[in-house]
Amino acid sequence: MLEVEGLAAEREERLLFSGLSVSVSAGEGLHIIGENGAGKTTLLRILCGLTLQSAGKISWCGQAVSKFREEYCSDLLYLGHKNANKTELNCRENLRLALGVLPVSDDAISDALHDTGLGLISHLPTRFLSQGQQRRLSLARLLLTKSKLWILDEPYVALDYKAIEWLDSHLERHLSNQGMLILTSHQKLTMSSEIRVLNLGEQYA
Amino acid sequence: MHKMLWALFNRDMTLFMQRKQDVVTVLGFFLIAVALFPLGISSDPDLLRTIAPGAIWIAALFSTVLALDRLFSEDLDDGTLEQQMLMPVPISLMLLVRLVAHWVITSLPIVLLAPLMGLQFGLAFNEIAILTLSLLIGTPILVLLGAIGAALTVGLKSSGGLVTLLLLPLYVPVLILGTSAVSSTMNGVDVTAHFSLLGAALIVSLVLSPFAVATALKITLD
Repeated sequence: MLEVEGLAAEREERLLFSGLSVSVSAGEGLHIIGENGAGKTTLLRILCGLTLQSAGKISWCGQAVSKFREEYCSDLLYLGHKNANKTELNCRENLRLALGVLPVSDDAISDALHDTGLGLISHLPTRFLSQGQQRRLSLARLLLTKSKLWILDEPYVALDYKAIEWLDSHLERHLSNQGMLILTSHQKLTMSSEIRVLNLGEQYA
Repeated sequence: MHKMLWALFNRDMTLFMQRKQDVVTVLGFFLIAVALFPLGISSDPDLLRTIAPGAIWIAALFSTVLALDRLFSEDLDDGTLEQQMLMPVPISLMLLVRLVAHWVITSLPIVLLAPLMGLQFGLAFNEIAILTLSLLIGTPILVLLGAIGAALTVGLKSSGGLVTLLLLPLYVPVLILGTSAVSSTMNGVDVTAHFSLLGAALIVSLVLSPFAVATALKITLD
């Protein structure tokens, strides 16, 4: 369970939010909304430990994240605005490198690429892929990871309606498998699972 | 954990195989810089023998700085750096692996080419051996110290010049120890002290540099 207590963040001496307390337990999803510049990405990066908060405490399974960074990171999957694909490598190599840390078989990677709709172009260097296809490749990691907590920053950007349906079904499956999900999106979510909404603009500004 | 670090090492090797031109550029720079000394100064064999250690060491030093430019910048731009910072291993250990890979890719070829450059300047066999050994111990120090500069400036637009300015003061002692080891050999002086000091510097930078680089990168990514 992820617990956040009294979190505050500032950027260039401008207070983005303060006194933010929220918790996400197994099987729960949290949808963070807010206007442009409200601090959604900053909040996600703080939750991952990439950015330092100016106040507040984050704990994972009852332990402070800052003290148990490695344990926390092994349960965490973060996909940011950047796709983290290497443009000179093909889809398969990219996925293999990204997941180099996990014992993933070639077949599993093929299945994931096929499922993502990249099966036929998996041999192409990713610089030839469209924005949406690059995003799909980035999201293919969701199929292979065993992480419990997924933190996704604008995962729907650049996806076509089919890919959105595909992503929805995987997020739903993750939640029904007692996974946890925190995401930002400006679109209205089309998932059938129930997702709590956290509005950064209103009570925390 | 060692599996993950090994995978990370392999990652850098795979990427290197995809863009050998980067390394060829660095090696080409090294070869040309060394070759320019006889053309620019004199073809007098005695003089060339005297300046050989300095010429080769300075060329190796600037090649290292040149190669540092690519160490983090691309990974920062495409988002792989933040993924690496989230790997479930200590960040400093992760960085140490990446620095070792960087050294193997960009500096080891220079160390291996150094004997050839020594021959070009007419160095004797034992002098070439000392030169190569000093580079073998010295270039990792240059990479480890240089990575701190690279990490501090990675987010900036034109970081190349700034890195050089930041690093040169730190590089001076290594340069002096490396070149004077070879010159001392030429004059028949014992060089144990030089290598003790170089070895000590290598151990200190191996231990401290990954932590400094980790801190610098955290500031950059914050």
